[in-house]
Amino acid sequence: MPALSGRLGRAAEALAIPLGALAVALAVFGLFMAVLQHNPLEVYALIYQGAFASPFAWQNTLTRAAPLVLTALCVALPAQAGLMVIGGEGALVLGGLAAAVVGHLLIGAAPLTVKVAMAGAGMLMGALWIALAGALRHYRGVNETISSLLLTYVAIALFNHVVEGPLRDPASLNKPSTKPIGAAGMLGSLPGLDVHWGLAFGAIFSLAAWVLVRRTTWGFGLRVMGGNVRAARLAGLPVGRLLLAACALGGAAAGLAGMVEVAAVHGSANASLAAGYGYAGILVAFIARQNPLAVVPVAVLLGGISASGGMLQRRLDLPDATVLVLQGVAFMLILASETLYGRLSVFRGADAP
Amino acid sequence: MTELGLWGVPLAVLGGAIRVSTPFLFVSLGECITERSGRINLGLEGILVMGAMSGYAVSFHTGSPWLGVLAAAGAGLSLGFLHALVCNLPRVNDIAVGIGLMLFGTGLAFFLGKPYVQPKAPTLPSIPFGFWSDSPPLRAALDVNPLFLLGLGLALGLNWAFRATRWGLVIRMIGDSADAARAMGHRVRLVRTLATGVGGALAGIGGSFLSLYYPGSWSEGLSSGQGLMAVALVIFARWSPLQCFWAALLFGGAGALGPALQSVGVTSGYYLFYAAPYVVTLGIMIATCSPRRTLAGAPGELSINR
Repeated sequence: MPALSGRLGRAAEALAIPLGALAVALAVFGLFMAVLQHNPLEVYALIYQGAFASPFAWQNTLTRAAPLVLTALCVALPAQAGLMVIGGEGALVLGGLAAAVVGHLLIGAAPLTVKVAMAGAGMLMGALWIALAGALRHYRGVNETISSLLLTYVAIALFNHVVEGPLRDPASLNKPSTKPIGAAGMLGSLPGLDVHWGLAFGAIFSLAAWVLVRRTTWGFGLRVMGGNVRAARLAGLPVGRLLLAACALGGAAAGLAGMVEVAAVHGSANASLAAGYGYAGILVAFIARQNPLAVVPVAVLLGGISASGGMLQRRLDLPDATVLVLQGVAFMLILASETLYGRLSVFRGADAP
Repeated sequence: MTELGLWGVPLAVLGGAIRVSTPFLFVSLGECITERSGRINLGLEGILVMGAMSGYAVSFHTGSPWLGVLAAAGAGLSLGFLHALVCNLPRVNDIAVGIGLMLFGTGLAFFLGKPYVQPKAPTLPSIPFGFWSDSPPLRAALDVNPLFLLGLGLALGLNWAFRATRWGLVIRMIGDSADAARAMGHRVRLVRTLATGVGGALAGIGGSFLSLYYPGSWSEGLSSGQGLMAVALVIFARWSPLQCFWAALLFGGAGALGPALQSVGVTSGYYLFYAAPYVVTLGIMIATCSPRRTLAGAPGELSINR
């Protein structure tokens, strides 16, 4: 087989390695199912059916994918500057909280105003939260991975405090929530689809992020910084501002995810917001290799696997955690496949050593 | 609690701290060993849940909770090895693998543990150090699980071992400079694999405490993120096993403060107490870092250090 070269080789490599890892993961998962006396082919077919085979399945899949795209951007954008932020969950819950508060305060205003204000509040809150981790990194040298993780716990505690204390809706008895946002604040479905607007927000945000990172001078500076901070400093790039902006943009994405969850799913801020989208987003970003555009298909894939859980439960009486096992196996293998980049001779052309 | 009045609060916090801190203690000691060898394992959460499940299942089938603890350690060991082997591949990010392992471990535990949600398995006995007292709250506070004492012994032992034994020094050297260790002929990847495996085994034991002693049953909501907190705890403890013990008590005490205050009528604001350890950890990091120097005391090879 002749070796592919240059751009084509790299593109083929970027597609073939994760897909190969996914195939191996499916095989391992099938083996696991076979050991437990289930027909692997039947399981695969049901996963496909539950994820992608019907409009209802697609709707389920895409609804789950929407917040994942946004929380993945919270990892992928700072990653361009060489930062590893894992605190998207915190930005999500606080963004959702801010959006719910604004949505409630603006009951009676025009629908578009309410929605824009809610999105703005969510994004601002998320941006400030992650920018705080960035500022600690820039001004004090505190590692952003750990500080963002710690800030997530602080965020969730603050969130619980506010939702169960000062801002609790007295009418929410079993499940403490903030006061509901009005009907005008609720996000409807995309025209012609049964999927809420959050998906469009995610797609637009990811496209904008990609253009910003790959097609502008600012994004180039960001990537220079991610490659080598000292080189970026020597070239006169405003390292601190780039760092803070990258964190703020990522945080805004996660905050928007919180707003979407409030405005399209829950209708108020409650504990269901901390559903782990922030953590799953980290994996989505890593599998997409921090490419802002690639997070969309990865999030759809992950959303699809989660969406098929119900189908496996109903048809084969498998626990709903079955899909978590598949996700776990797939992630471990795709992360392990990272080691293969640049080492397979098929993808190495004339430019390789 | 009525007879003790407000004194019940510190007592309940002490008892609660001892009960709640044991999983923290094991998880942080495990993470401490792993990080001292130069790797971070963020997947201890998955290992903890898997340990809780396998410990409970084995205790249910064999009738012996101690066999359950052993099984939990075994499950933790194998998941720790999994993390280590994947991270041994060049250019694989240990933090991302840790998050993958968290998902994989919890998923596998929920999947395999489905049949064990209902049945009641024998749980671990406790040592009633409060036998001399007539006061029920005091007796409850002084009921200490042997695993807590084991953890304390382990913390003391590890503290000594890191300082004074050959393998303790080897682990520390590999964590501080892999190049130096390689130059001296030590096998860096092998040591890191073993350190991550042992760290996983300890996290598994921590998980078995949850399912076999307190709260003492298996369910999907069993862990409240103790495994993920391990990373914060180890930083808080400045990578010292002995300080891990105090840090675990403090984190456990902060968690126990909420319910204790609730029982005397203070019902608001206790979520903020849960956040206190993180705020303090963050404060320590801010105070000890500077743009020129990272965390004092951190192993030099740690990816969060660069």
